[in-house]
Amino acid sequence: MTVTTALPSFDEAIATYEPVMGMEVHVELGTATKMFCGCSTAFGAEPNSQTCPTCLGLPGSLPVVNKIAVESAIRIGLALNCSIAEWCRFARKNYFYPDMPKNFQTSQYDEPIAFDGYMDVTVDGVEYRIGIERAHMEEDTGKSLHVGGATGRIHGASHSLLDYNRSGIPLIEIVTKPIEVPAEVAPAVARAYVTELRELIRALGVSEARMELGQMRCDANVSLRLPDAPFGTRTETKNVNSLRSVERAVTYEIRRQAAVISSGGTIVQETRHWHEDTGETTSGRVKEEAEDYRYFPEPDLVPIAPAREWVDELRATLPEPPAVRRARLQEAWGFTDLEMRDVVNAGALSLVFDTVAEGASAGGAKKWWLGEVARVANERGVSLEDAGISVADVTRVEALIAEGSLNDKLARQVVEGVLAGEGTPDEVVAARGLVLVNDDAALGAAVDDAIAAQPDVAEKIRGGNLGAVGALIGAIMKATKGQADAKRARALILERLQ
Amino acid sequence: MNSLTRAKASELAAAIKQGEVSAVEVAQAHLDRIAEVDGTAEAGVHAFLHVDAESALAAAAVVDQRRAEGDELGPLAGVPLALKDVIVTADMPTTAGSKILEGWRPPYDATITTRMREAGIVILGKTNLDEFAMGSSTENSAFGTTRNPWDLTRIPGGSGGGSAAALAAFEAPLAIGTDTGGSIRQPAAVTGTVGIKPTYGGVSRYGLIACASSLDQAGPCARTVLDAALLHTVIAGHDPLDSTSIAQPVPDVVGAARRGAEGDLTGLRVGVVKELGGEGYQAGVEARFNDAVALLSKLGAEVVEVSCPHFTYGLAAYYLILPSEVSSNLARFDAMRYGLRVGDDGSRSAEEVMSLTRGAGFGAEAKRRIMLGTYALSSGYYDAYYGQAQKVRTLIARDFEAAFAQVDVLVSPTTPTTAFPIGEKVDDPLAMYMNDLCTIPSNLAGNASASFPVGLADEDGLPVGLHVMAPVLADDRLYLVGAAVESAYAAQWGGTLLEQAPALEGIH
Repeated sequence: MTVTTALPSFDEAIATYEPVMGMEVHVELGTATKMFCGCSTAFGAEPNSQTCPTCLGLPGSLPVVNKIAVESAIRIGLALNCSIAEWCRFARKNYFYPDMPKNFQTSQYDEPIAFDGYMDVTVDGVEYRIGIERAHMEEDTGKSLHVGGATGRIHGASHSLLDYNRSGIPLIEIVTKPIEVPAEVAPAVARAYVTELRELIRALGVSEARMELGQMRCDANVSLRLPDAPFGTRTETKNVNSLRSVERAVTYEIRRQAAVISSGGTIVQETRHWHEDTGETTSGRVKEEAEDYRYFPEPDLVPIAPAREWVDELRATLPEPPAVRRARLQEAWGFTDLEMRDVVNAGALSLVFDTVAEGASAGGAKKWWLGEVARVANERGVSLEDAGISVADVTRVEALIAEGSLNDKLARQVVEGVLAGEGTPDEVVAARGLVLVNDDAALGAAVDDAIAAQPDVAEKIRGGNLGAVGALIGAIMKATKGQADAKRARALILERLQ
Repeated sequence: MNSLTRAKASELAAAIKQGEVSAVEVAQAHLDRIAEVDGTAEAGVHAFLHVDAESALAAAAVVDQRRAEGDELGPLAGVPLALKDVIVTADMPTTAGSKILEGWRPPYDATITTRMREAGIVILGKTNLDEFAMGSSTENSAFGTTRNPWDLTRIPGGSGGGSAAALAAFEAPLAIGTDTGGSIRQPAAVTGTVGIKPTYGGVSRYGLIACASSLDQAGPCARTVLDAALLHTVIAGHDPLDSTSIAQPVPDVVGAARRGAEGDLTGLRVGVVKELGGEGYQAGVEARFNDAVALLSKLGAEVVEVSCPHFTYGLAAYYLILPSEVSSNLARFDAMRYGLRVGDDGSRSAEEVMSLTRGAGFGAEAKRRIMLGTYALSSGYYDAYYGQAQKVRTLIARDFEAAFAQVDVLVSPTTPTTAFPIGEKVDDPLAMYMNDLCTIPSNLAGNASASFPVGLADEDGLPVGLHVMAPVLADDRLYLVGAAVESAYAAQWGGTLLEQAPALEGIH
């Protein structure tokens, strides 16, 4: 249904309706080989170069389960406080699609490896428990590239290219139970859940979970209901692939559905596409009836029965829960709650952690990742990791500040240079000639010039008005194009005028 | 007929090893025989869909060279073999008897293909079968029906009719079959040859184009029990590429065949399955079966009647489980890959092209089973059909367990009738399905089974098979029984049953 009237505001929408959400998150595991064959999973290889009879689904080929993938799935399940199945099977999910070479996906159906868990997330100091329905293993499909159409979707395309390098990459799908939280925090809770899940996946070391690379993909289910009414019809917004988008897409769907229902319409059960640019969702495939995937147990694989001892061993490998880790790091770093939340929301926790581990100060690391780097990354629409500066670079900039080679202003120029692709911090310093002037000879001359140029200011300082020193330092900075060591300049001024 | 084509595989291998004959001469003799009798879809035996003389002679030359260099040759080195065209080969096309795969050349060898090549076995070509191994007569092949060498107007059994006919026509001394509901054993029975369905998981399925994954099992076909055992040993054993293959030692089937040939079955307990016989079984089949049971007794076995009450439901359960798996396994043939693509003229959607291609590429039986399976797996019907059938499967496995607690092997006729005339049952799928009544329970339960020739039916002079069933991983018992029966009958008949078959010279 097309809504032509203006949407109600979020506050207007939730004044009447309560949202119920459900999140389905796919995580690509970072295993070296695929789910059911020995092909490499390395990203960015020549199309179709990482394939074999099994992941191409050739007649006669058979799958063999990747043990590391099962191990990762169990660890994810344990970290999500799930029960681990004593016995479970893969199942075939049957449907036709050109990029799925067997025309069935080997997945799990009613016997997931992990089920019935939870994860706690905190929004504005309040903790919410998100129920986890299940976490199951499956294989990814190939990738279609539709050529010739306006939208890049199959509709209107003249032809399609298929890349099976992705076919058979191990995926874990994590499905929540219905999330019923106070309406005003619902979008924030959705975002907090995905954020927390990403931290958890990274802490487990099972995937880098980089949403912009499709390593973590989120589908957001939203429905509205009147208070105490049964669940309404839901829509599933596919491929909401950034933390910010999760919040925006849920907010938009709440407003859109409120508009439809308020104007007497009904919500159609459908998948919807998310548009990052406009912040809107549009109708995708209408599910007129529940799709019949004709699931049945995969006869080419034997059941998986993880020994309890093995599960216990894996439990012992679990990292500190993200919330506990964050609390510990916050204390170690001396951040306020607000500062810590900013770091987490920016997706910079690992980067700050790594930068501190390399020797930078926590405050310094935070300042760069959330400041200059975040600004440029945002402008370019890329992640912090892809902004063009490494943990080592940021650490080096901080070291240059600490040893007094750079001041804050110069350091900012160095970071700008690195982000612009001019090289490492040292290369940028050399190329741009960004050297802090702190030797007394060079600086002394500038100080003398400044005193001579502003005799009235100098007089005030002689008279004990130290507040006037700043005016002289300003002039010195101007004269040295910002390269003066302000602290040293101040000392020299006072030396001469007191 | 050249004596080389009459010889047993074990004899050929020994002669090659001794230098009495070269592997190239052996291969050439069989290629000549194929040229003489195999003919085409229109006339002749038509056991082969593809013969690769060049690659066969090259493989044979390698064996001769290895011998010349003093290499130790394996027990089947240099022996020619006919490979069912559902096992992939990198050097020959593989069609599975279907138009939809016509012209496809697999980029890889099946595990058993590799094992046979490594053993020095010379693959002559690919044999005909019912499309995707679905049928009991080869009449469902997209490339014409194979004819039974005993009577060219009759079916050679199916789905592996091509492999069985190649043996019976002396075109090859060894063949590979695959058995989903009887496709090795039923053709063996109606052609007077030996066919073994090993324990499920005993032989790798990697490179076997799936019909029904939980039922399919490749196995050896031969003219003698020992030859089958030698081939069994080459192809069997755990394969890390097949999760369902069993990581256990291969039973000593060759030893069992040699012991059996001594003709003493004292102490062996044999159970005649009460439910597999009586009404619906041809009189001549019953007569020869009863003779065989009497022979087992005479050889020292203790014969009792055993009831397997759920076998009666085997056929019904099978025709739910098999089509369900088929509907999924055959989904990959969608015109996006492989040979056939219909209607791709730029005006149609991918979905329409898929649909047109599948409509044109699959035969009636494949479509029938795809539809049955799609229906049986549909939500709302799953529990009543697929779910119930799986329960029956469990009950049949329990029947076997209970029976094998009392006896060492079970026996029945392999098929209710001898080879029927081509065309007779082609329009009556249910009558066709009845052929597999006795063989299906072993596929459902996964245990080992075999068919051995036990004479000709009086009314039509056509071969009858004895069906022997053994527990999971007790494949050696099949060979023990088979070899005992074979040697006793050889004494009686003055040779193998096939020596009574028509010579076929100058048939076209």
